[in-house]
Amino acid sequence: MKTMNCDEAQELLSAFNDGELDLTLGLALEAHLESCPDCRAAHRSQQELTAALRHGATYYPAPALLRARLNAQLPGNPEQTARQIPTLPDRRRRSSVWATALAAALVIGVGVNLVLMSLQRQSALTDEVVAGHVRSLMVAHLDDIVSTDQHTVKPWFTGKLDFSPPVHDLAAEGFPLAGGRIDYINHRPVAALDYRRRQHVINLFVWPVPDRRATSPETSKRAGYNIARWSIDGMDYWAVSDLNASELLGFAQQLRTLERPTGP
Amino acid sequence: MIDDSAAARFAAMAAPHLDAAYNLARWLTRDPHDADDVVQEAYLRAFRFFDGFRGGDGRAWLLTIVRNTCYSWLEQNRFSSIHVEYDDRLDSLHDDDEGRPMHRLDPEQLLLQAGQQQLIETALQQLPIEHREILVLRELEELSYRQISEIAGIPMGTVMSRLSRARLQLRRSIEAMEQR
Repeated sequence: MKTMNCDEAQELLSAFNDGELDLTLGLALEAHLESCPDCRAAHRSQQELTAALRHGATYYPAPALLRARLNAQLPGNPEQTARQIPTLPDRRRRSSVWATALAAALVIGVGVNLVLMSLQRQSALTDEVVAGHVRSLMVAHLDDIVSTDQHTVKPWFTGKLDFSPPVHDLAAEGFPLAGGRIDYINHRPVAALDYRRRQHVINLFVWPVPDRRATSPETSKRAGYNIARWSIDGMDYWAVSDLNASELLGFAQQLRTLERPTGP
Repeated sequence: MIDDSAAARFAAMAAPHLDAAYNLARWLTRDPHDADDVVQEAYLRAFRFFDGFRGGDGRAWLLTIVRNTCYSWLEQNRFSSIHVEYDDRLDSLHDDDEGRPMHRLDPEQLLLQAGQQQLIETALQQLPIEHREILVLRELEELSYRQISEIAGIPMGTVMSRLSRARLQLRRSIEAMEQR
């Protein structure tokens, strides 16, 4: 590999820092950084500048008045369409079509239906949690209980749900809790917890399932949003966000380690 | 007659990006009222062009329209703020006052301390619009180089070099302000 001089290296530091450098150049730059304290210092100061900007420069969210004015002006009034988006009746109809088809297949004697059905349910659920996430952002209805305190948020659910969702603040890990609300997913009321990562909103949907098996977080993508789902201790967890997949997975893993299985 | 389902699809695509749209407009116009007007106009424009949106990255598509609306708005209302045609090539040839090449960083440059928020805010506000824009897209919106290339209408290589210089310029002006 051709060795790199300091001028070349420093020109590439910015892109390296952003994770946008191709593999070959990245490796050459890493080799240079190993041997050059000056460029290492420059690399650190790049990282500090990025951190300072993200921390120091104001992120201006849209004023509520502007949101309201747009809602009124745009023909597709989100206040109305938000209610149309989940299309629960449609989804029910679709799944009943599937159920009919599967029942017919069962009669004929095909044995793969259970797998198919669970795949289909999985995909419909993914649609539902993403719709829940988008809906919460559209109507600016993220939280019914606004609090960063898990001991305030958790009791709020009591009496509103037939289960008690685990609530943890992850502020120390960089995912502060911002509040919670009730949503309706998978034909039942579920807990929706609102976490933040910088300016990104993470909706975490939680509901109980009969199966107490624990699964590791799996990520997927739908309509430009990243999704992480896992189960533990008789609860299903679905996290949805426009945050990048690896940080969302980190969030999922942090939460999952806090929920240790309490036995069968 | 407006197709209701197109309107619903537009709302579902565009509404979640309203904060990003406003943040970009706010930083480009540097004024809350102007940002309001620009975003409103951009959203109406986006709705009219929505037929041309073929799916894919809605955030980048929408921010492209917001950005272009900002530029034409600034041209009409505040001609002076972008009267100088920006040239990446020219910029890259410049050395700074002490003869250091533009892309070199001083290893002993001071760390940015907490409590310098106001300084960072002011320094970013005073950058030329092309540098301000690319830093907002990268550091505040956390967009990829590909998305930035689409939004700002520049090649990926230019995103890389412009960002590199924008950071350097920001650091230099923070230092200059500290010494004052």
